[in-house]
Parts: sequence; structure tokens; C-alpha cells
Amino acid sequence: MSGFLAMGGYAAFVWPAYGISALLLGFSVAATLRAYAKAKAQLAALEKP
Amino acid sequence: MASLFAFANPKRFMDVSAIVLPWLAGATILTLGAGVVLGLLAPPDYQQGTTVKIMFLHVPAAWTAMMAYGVLALASLIGLVWRHPLADVTAKCAAPLGAVFTVLGLVTGSLWGRPMWGAWWVWDGRLTSFLLLLFLYLGYMALRNAIDDESRAARAAAVLALVGVVNLPIIEFSVQWWTTLHQGESIFRPGGPTISPVFLWPLLLSGLGYTFLFFTLLAIRIRTEILERRARSLLLAEAP
Repeated sequence: MSGFLAMGGYAAFVWPAYGISALLLGFSVAATLRAYAKAKAQLAALEKP
Repeated sequence: MASLFAFANPKRFMDVSAIVLPWLAGATILTLGAGVVLGLLAPPDYQQGTTVKIMFLHVPAAWTAMMAYGVLALASLIGLVWRHPLADVTAKCAAPLGAVFTVLGLVTGSLWGRPMWGAWWVWDGRLTSFLLLLFLYLGYMALRNAIDDESRAARAAAVLALVGVVNLPIIEFSVQWWTTLHQGESIFRPGGPTISPVFLWPLLLSGLGYTFLFFTLLAIRIRTEILERRARSLLLAEAP
């Protein structure tokens, strides 16, 4: 396991690459879903009365 | 073309995308998950060691960034020529996503370049034209934001998007035209891929995953924009 984490000595490059990809893509998904939920709620509030 | 446009009215888009989206999201999770797991389990490359694992993030990000620009440009063209409202919405929603994938391509490339080339960055044809891609996305978004009138903003930004299309072949062929540290094409080349299957499979899966993710997020963003415009027109109708 520790051998896997060490990435053959390249851990300092491989893991940040995975980390920043997960972070940025995760943020994009979260931001997209949040905006969608907000727009849905806003439209529902307008259409209700 | 007419049959394509039949799918492109906002109402029809909402109906069709509601059906397609769950499948698209599922396909994203499956392919991206398999690609990342297989990529992390792949053996070290005989030359590049374990840094080859960065490839499974770098190549899909760069590919998706360029494909997203193709979508942006095509949607801009349709918006300009046929004044199709959904085309403009598509272009508007594709730009920030394309910018994210471009940043990922640049950052992961840098993290790969440092151990393999000894440099975080070099001003060669491939890297410089790819940086220009980021500026095209940012310029597109800035231009849209700078003009208040939505239809004028759309047209001005569409022209910028179309001018920027010349950068796509420059990125693609830069590794052939100029001396560079960046490696050449090893997948879509005459005579088939020159890459070992243990790397090719995770790369293809991860590439599919990134592509599906882009279209999933694009569809949700277009839906969001349609709902927002509907809400805006309701508010305008209510205003005294």
C-alpha cells in the first residue's frame, strides 16, 4: 500500500494531478447542480400563484 | 438540418434531455470510474515510470477542452446564421466548462512535464497554442459579460468564437509542425495506436468518461438557462 502511495518516487506529481482534477471537476458538478436547483426553485415559486 | 432543428426548440430539449440525462450521467460514472481505477492500477511505463498515470487525466482533459471548443464554435455558427436561440444558449453554457477542462489540461500537463522534461512549462507550439485556447474561452466569457443586451452579446461572442477556431488545427498539428518536447500523436494515427493496450484501455475509458461528463454538465446547464429565461419572462409579464 505504501509502495502504491509512493508512486515509484513520483507521488509529488501524480497525486496532485489526481487531486486537482477531482477538485475542479467536483466543483464544476456541484456548481452546475446548485444553479439548476436554484433555477428550478425560482421558477416553481413564480408559477405557483 | 430541418430535422435537427426540430429537436432544438427549448420545450423539446427539456423533454428529450430529461430522458437522456440519467443515462448520460450513468455512463459518465461507469466509464470515468473504470478509467481512473484501471489507470491507477496500470503498470509503470518503461520510460516514464509511474508518471504515465498522469496521462489518464491529462489527455482526456485536453481532448475534451478541444472538443468543447468545437461545440462552442458550431453552436456559435448556428446561432449567428440561423439565429437559433438554443444554439446561443449551448454556446454560452459550453464556454465555462471548456475553460475548466483547459485548465485541467494545462495543470496536469505541467505536473507531468516537471518530472519528465525537467520543466513546468516551455513556450513551444503545443503548450502555447493550448494556453491560447484558455484565453479564447476567457475572452468569450468576458465579452458576453461586457455587453448588457443579450442578443448583441451573443453575436459579438459568436464572432470571437468563430475566429478562434483557427487555433484548433494549430493545437492539433503543433507537434508535427514545430520542434517540441511534447510527444506526438500516439492514438489516432495511420497504422493504429502505438500505445500498449494496458495504457490504451484506461485512456479510452477515461476519455469517454470526460466526454460524457462534459455533455452531462452541458445539458444540465442548458436546462438551467432555459428555466432562468422562462422565469425572467414570467417576471417581465408580471411587472406593471
